[in-house]
Amino acid sequence: MNIPTMITLTPKNRLAALLFGLISLNLLLVVRANEMAITSVITKENKIEIKDFMFNPPTITVKSGEKITWINRDEEPHTVVSVGKKFQKSSALDTDQQFTITAGAPGTYEYFCSVHPKMTGTIIVEK
Amino acid sequence: MKDHNHILHNVDQDGIDRRGFLKCMAWAGTGVLWTVSGGVLVSKTLAQIAKAGGLPTATDLSFLQISDSHIGFSKDANKDVTETFRIALDRINAMRTPPSFLIHTGDITQLSRPEEFDTFDQLVKSCRTKDVFYVPGEHDVLNDGGKLYRDRYLKTVDAKGSGWYSFNKNGVHFVGLVNVLNLEAGGLGQLGDDQLQWLEADLKGLGADTPIVVFAHIPLWTVYPQWGWGTSDSERALGFLKRFGSVTVLNGHIHQVLQKVEGNITFHTAMSTAFPQPAPGTAPSPGPMKVPAEKLRSMLGLTSVQYKQGNTALAVVDSNLS
Repeated sequence: MNIPTMITLTPKNRLAALLFGLISLNLLLVVRANEMAITSVITKENKIEIKDFMFNPPTITVKSGEKITWINRDEEPHTVVSVGKKFQKSSALDTDQQFTITAGAPGTYEYFCSVHPKMTGTIIVEK
Repeated sequence: MKDHNHILHNVDQDGIDRRGFLKCMAWAGTGVLWTVSGGVLVSKTLAQIAKAGGLPTATDLSFLQISDSHIGFSKDANKDVTETFRIALDRINAMRTPPSFLIHTGDITQLSRPEEFDTFDQLVKSCRTKDVFYVPGEHDVLNDGGKLYRDRYLKTVDAKGSGWYSFNKNGVHFVGLVNVLNLEAGGLGQLGDDQLQWLEADLKGLGADTPIVVFAHIPLWTVYPQWGWGTSDSERALGFLKRFGSVTVLNGHIHQVLQKVEGNITFHTAMSTAFPQPAPGTAPSPGPMKVPAEKLRSMLGLTSVQYKQGNTALAVVDSNLS
């Protein structure tokens, strides 16, 4: 940001300058904060690794609208299937294949692998 | 010492008690060395049997179980499952007395892909034994609930529901069950109410002296629930089978030979023709087990089953591909 540096500060303009400075800083912070918010939605990685017949982490908390991606690191195919069909199921994921969904309405979503139903996981979606 | 050559506990009035049954199993075990490991009987391989005196020669029915061919798998545990399946078929073709038919206990393919089924179908054509009876593994029903599998492999049987059926051969009643569909979160393999009702009705008219062979992919006994190696409602199915004098249950899924005798029911799991899996609880997961190349074929194999009229139990013999 460009800040004027060659201004003589009189009591009158000192107040103006102070106000100007405060407003600028606020604006800057607001802009920054917005940038960060946008950035976090785009780049925050909600990744669930499938390894050794487990979803890792087994429970993940995300915000509504965020993406969640599973990646299969096993040599065995796995699936991601919502208990009660609350979100779209994946097809069979071969080694290193991924599956992504966007978190919907807030709530708790249980899911499992329909090939190996002992494998279960939970998604908690917050507002 | 007491003489136990008589029936001690003829609970089901069928002339067979547990001890008598185990004695019947002795003929089945001609050359089969039974060892007990953690309460589980383990049979030895054909090579070991040959050293011990060979197989019984005259039998009234012999058939062969193949399992878990996983066509399409190409990872380190076995980069050429097509080749090992071909070797298994060569072994069958080289048998002096060819089996009457084959039973494939599922996981024909790795990913249920049409081209994987095509490759399998092409390979199996080279087998001299043409009749093959199938049940699906979970790998065969991955994306379509088993439609592709059913369209291809149930043409010669009177299949019901998601693909279960029965048939008779030489006085033996065979039942093929499906326990890989509609699985529930946190659960094991599952037969479901419809199939169990059908099974009860299917067995109803049969005499208790009819030998029964039941085959399904996932074990119908609880091998290791932590790895999903069991079927949640198998107890109900076994309840219908209890009254029979000879029941042989053949499964795949776990890629290793395990055997258990419970009353008149013998449970047996077969080796895969593709890759071995670890013994229950000996690895972080039941995924494919990597073994040195020179050892691989000793851990893949086939299961031969022979039935001789008049004998209560069926002889179940495993042979590896080395």
